[in-house]
Amino acid sequence: MTLVLTSLAAASPGFAVRVGTSVLQVAVVAVAGPLLLGLMAKVRARAEGRVGPPVGQVLADLRKLVRKEAVRAEHTSVVASLAPLVLVASAMVATALTPLVTTHPVLAGGADVFVVVYLLLMGSVALALDGLDAGTAFGGMGSSRAMTIGAISEPALLVAILALAVQARTSNLPAIVTATLAHPGWVASPQRLLALVALVVVVIAETGRIPVDNPSTHLELTMVHEAMVLEHGGPDLALVTAGEAMRLALLLGLVANLFLPWGIDSSGSGGALLVGLVVLGAKLAVLAGLVALVEVSTAKLRLFRVPELLAGGFVLAVVAVTTGLVTR
Amino acid sequence: MTVYLVGLAALCLASLLAATLSDRYRLLGAALVGVAGSLAALVGAGRVLLTGHPVALHTGAVLPLTGVDLSLDPLGALFVAVTAVVGLAALCYSVGYGAHATPGRTATAMLPAFLATLLLVPAAASVATFLIAWELMALTSLLALLGEHRQGPAIRDAAQWYAAMTHIGAAAILLGLVLLATQVGSQSFAAIDAHHRQVPAPLASVAFVLVLVGFASKAGAVPFHVWLPRAHPEAPSPVSALMSGAMVNLGVYGIVRVGEGLLGGGELWWWLVVVALGIASAFFGALHAAASSDIKRLLAYSTVDNMGLILIGVGAAGALAADGQRFLAALVLLAALFHLVNHALFKGSLFLGAGALQHATGTRDLDHLGGLARRMPATAVLFGIGALSISALPGLNGFASEWLLLEGLLHGFTSHSAITEAALLAGVAALAVTGGLTATAFVKALGVGFLGMPRTERASEAHEVGPSMLAGTALLAAGCVVVGIVPGIALPILDHAVSSALAGGPPRALRSGIGLDLASLSGAVDPALVVVGLLGALVVARGALLLVPRSAELRRPRRAAAWGCGGDTQVPRSEITATSFAEPLQRVFADVLRPDHDLEVTHAAESRYVPEAITFRQRLDDATERAFYQPVITAVAGWGRLARRVPNGSVHRYLAFGFVALVLVLVVLA
Repeated sequence: MTLVLTSLAAASPGFAVRVGTSVLQVAVVAVAGPLLLGLMAKVRARAEGRVGPPVGQVLADLRKLVRKEAVRAEHTSVVASLAPLVLVASAMVATALTPLVTTHPVLAGGADVFVVVYLLLMGSVALALDGLDAGTAFGGMGSSRAMTIGAISEPALLVAILALAVQARTSNLPAIVTATLAHPGWVASPQRLLALVALVVVVIAETGRIPVDNPSTHLELTMVHEAMVLEHGGPDLALVTAGEAMRLALLLGLVANLFLPWGIDSSGSGGALLVGLVVLGAKLAVLAGLVALVEVSTAKLRLFRVPELLAGGFVLAVVAVTTGLVTR
Repeated sequence: MTVYLVGLAALCLASLLAATLSDRYRLLGAALVGVAGSLAALVGAGRVLLTGHPVALHTGAVLPLTGVDLSLDPLGALFVAVTAVVGLAALCYSVGYGAHATPGRTATAMLPAFLATLLLVPAAASVATFLIAWELMALTSLLALLGEHRQGPAIRDAAQWYAAMTHIGAAAILLGLVLLATQVGSQSFAAIDAHHRQVPAPLASVAFVLVLVGFASKAGAVPFHVWLPRAHPEAPSPVSALMSGAMVNLGVYGIVRVGEGLLGGGELWWWLVVVALGIASAFFGALHAAASSDIKRLLAYSTVDNMGLILIGVGAAGALAADGQRFLAALVLLAALFHLVNHALFKGSLFLGAGALQHATGTRDLDHLGGLARRMPATAVLFGIGALSISALPGLNGFASEWLLLEGLLHGFTSHSAITEAALLAGVAALAVTGGLTATAFVKALGVGFLGMPRTERASEAHEVGPSMLAGTALLAAGCVVVGIVPGIALPILDHAVSSALAGGPPRALRSGIGLDLASLSGAVDPALVVVGLLGALVVARGALLLVPRSAELRRPRRAAAWGCGGDTQVPRSEITATSFAEPLQRVFADVLRPDHDLEVTHAAESRYVPEAITFRQRLDDATERAFYQPVITAVAGWGRLARRVPNGSVHRYLAFGFVALVLVLVVLA
């Protein structure tokens, strides 16, 4: 057993290709995120018997917002201008590291589970500080609620992915996906299934969907995420929305590829990359559609029932790791 | 060794100067000589750490009968170096901290003296020397804690708790070490280390449990932590920084030194107990930190939390070593010591930053602060670095060590003992849970304290603190950033410390990023590249906005009133407070925190549907204190009252006592 220095990978051939595929991933997620939000709104509308806005509506909204004037609240500090940027930047780096289109993202050697989870935490912390920055009652309340939910969902996310890491004997995300491709039987193993349930709960909480949070409410008693970003407008709001949309696409893509990795590009050739792209799009659309259907068919939980749901997710994740250790 | 001793002498001189110089030069003189002294100690320890060769000294001149044994091996030198760095910052900071209201002679003199004793403990190489250094540390820290005792009765109360707990701990350590020394027949650490197999297993276990109680109470492990959230907030801030950044570490040092060093690893269950203490501390500390509104109390509970994480690592290392997995044990111990170094850096800077807040506003209560980022920008940035480091955000040092610790515990899953695996799993779960809670606590401290509007007049009149205070804080904050971006620089040093603590193969040099490539499980991160990526992404996101065609007028951000539900004035009273920020979390974990609520509604005379006044009070006491300590205190006080009935002032009774005692002595002698 030897410990080695993580290679910078800069010297290895194909570095430019990897950078290219990572940039491609970021670009795909940046576009796919808003489209997914639009798709979910459409599915919800159709399920409720309405026509609903077109799928491209969120993208059009973003286009409108970036052209507007930036208006910031009176008492804000530098945090209000930095936080939306940090949210987007952390989501971009996390996306660049995660195996979404290809199993060879740039810096695959450093694409650790913990880095991705803590990059997501970085975005959440930036938003929560942002909510407190204007000194309004809504912003602070939203931050408080978001951090409370995050304090329980982050550990569940970490432990759920750990269940997979223990199975694949690596905490490197691309390596976990590659190992799953090599051992198709793992997908039906009990620890995977338990971890899947836990992850789904967490993803719903992290992206602020029903039954944890209602993205379309502006009712003070119930809003969480919307309360935090209430003071933003124009380009800042565009960044926040884009960042949140990227996180949604990233988390859904991560769940899809951790549990059903087939279709992902593992060779690096142009054709495989194209297949990877199309398959990722299909997986994201199906998952987003499912989430939207769940949203239509369930009621939002009371805020103080949410921790019970998340704690359930955490316990499932711990059970998943334990099962993995016992059945090894 | 000479440089190290010169450093100690300089600190004693600094203490002497502080006690004798006139008011005008006292602070500056003591700080200058003290800074030179801690630099010398740092150099002395650094040499041992870099070369990996221990140095030793024995002199019979100082203590009669036993003499003084000093020895600096890389493990001890690591603790000396960490203490010296925190001490350097604290001494520098103390110049500005005391400038407005010069503290008394004793208080000024005790800071360098406390630092000297902290530097002495890890170098002690015999039972007598160790116990004397430990006791000196307890005394000087107690006096240093009392530095601002005129400001209120809370300090006296804290000092009583601290004195009681530290002496119970010291008594337990004394018993444990003396037990070992008598079994081996020598009091030098080297002899105990060499002959520890002569100690029968049950006695070794008794000795370990005794020293564990003592050291765990110093490290602030639950349930021995009760003194910590009282003493750390009440101490003057440079002293708080030294207590949280350096003194609690010595508890960990003691456990590693005695358990792994003197007793050679011992039995599996010892280390499982350590892991259990760690898990309890991590969870309980993080939860209370998330619920506290007093900023220094929050930091103190967060120390309990981080010491818990370190103890999880130390315990896991011991358990793996007892299972025969020396290599994994060394890896986990390295991670734990790495976290200890990082904790000293960020907690030191956070306590110094909190001191700056208190200095500028006169309060520690977050509910009375707010909006300080505009009035104290430098302090806000430094406190922010510390807060984000402790929340383990990538690119700062907390992430590097938490990553290594998680990775180390994961590797342990390949161990073949089911009970060790269960302990490791519980440790991983505790680490994950405290991560989220810690982020909540520090978003609260940073967001409520520094952002938004000032909630009181004093907060709105705050001013930036002086350059010496900022320099002291900045030194530690800079350490957080540097170690966070290139964690590799700390690893060779830790390598030497671990190999001197644990027999067996230590993890060998790791450079630039941190990476592990074991047959069982692999993983790697490179924080420097993540930081480069983040900065690049920031530039791209900002640049993309700049590319949007807009008129120059629209590009400039405009300020406007925040949304006030139709009202147009924004008042601080409507802002969220630290207490209400923590309320949802407190409600979720009400079973552990057990808050006391008191709600009084006075109704108007005309109708009971119209409230006239509503008062709400909340107390958040430590549940362990109520469960474990209050019954003991009540019982002891009861015995005291009972015993006081015996001497009732009657001369006849005292004469009778004398007579009975004389008879008893005669009977015994006969």
